[in-house]
Amino acid sequence: MQAFLDMGGYAGFVWPAYAVVAVVMAALVIASVNDLKRQRRLLAALEPGEGKRKRAAARDGASSASSGA
Amino acid sequence: MTDMSDLTATQRFHALANPARFMALTERLVWPLGAVTGLLIAAGVYFALFASPPDYQQGETVRIMYVHVPSAWLGMLGYMVMAGASLIALVFRHPLADVCAKSAAPIGAAFCFLALVTGSLWGRPMWGTWWVWDARLTSMLILLFLYLGYIALWATIEEPARAARAAAVLALVGSINVPIIHYSVVWWNTLHQPASVFRIGGPAIAASMLLPLMLMALGFTFFFATLLVMRMRAEILRRRVRVLRLAKAEG
Repeated sequence: MQAFLDMGGYAGFVWPAYAVVAVVMAALVIASVNDLKRQRRLLAALEPGEGKRKRAAARDGASSASSGA
Repeated sequence: MTDMSDLTATQRFHALANPARFMALTERLVWPLGAVTGLLIAAGVYFALFASPPDYQQGETVRIMYVHVPSAWLGMLGYMVMAGASLIALVFRHPLADVCAKSAAPIGAAFCFLALVTGSLWGRPMWGTWWVWDARLTSMLILLFLYLGYIALWATIEEPARAARAAAVLALVGSINVPIIHYSVVWWNTLHQPASVFRIGGPAIAASMLLPLMLMALGFTFFFATLLVMRMRAEILRRRVRVLRLAKAEG
């Protein structure tokens, strides 16, 4: 285990290389996921979603059916 | 909805150009792409760190290759996707093309940056220097600046259609740098070693090292594809939000 971590004396180069790759790739994923979520939220606030619209239509339909329209 | 198989190639091209159809087609694509990415990179890291031998000259530092080389490839692939999509945006006015180009830029820039940093970490013990101003390293640094300029241009121009045109021209002019990077190790004397995988006469690398390299390269490519689809979806939503806001402001 110690030999593995030591990387033949090159631990100071091998591990930072893997670490920076992991950090940058993780940051890319987090930024992209957050942006997608944010845009979904903004859009949902601007236009009523399909589900909401259907529910609203069903409710309006039920209430207007009694009034004969 | 029409069946895609009934359409001619041109009609199919235009059908796919529809952002709504793109959203529908890619909705269930992100998770499987992400899963394949995870598996490939996990297997790649296992072989790269545990199940491959040290190099007879470079010792354990050869393990840096398994992240450095795929990063460099992706840095170049990202630019090729960006420039190719920019060309399609300018010539065919494909409505998804500039969405694709814009979305590819930050991913390509990140990998270009990683190629430079991991290369530096490999160069220090093997060449005795973190950096040299030679052809390969300098042209790769220029690639990073091209990415940053492209991203900055998008950020500067408010109207997406105008930003897309300006950015596309920049991406196309800068694409001259991609073959320069590739052939830099052939055309000029450099510390950087020449290609050892994509070369005439086949790969000059042992199978035990080629396996982790290929797994990582494939994993990184799937990572790129996954993020590209995600970012394109976010960009399409962003434009929809913008249009709705403008309509609201006017109405």
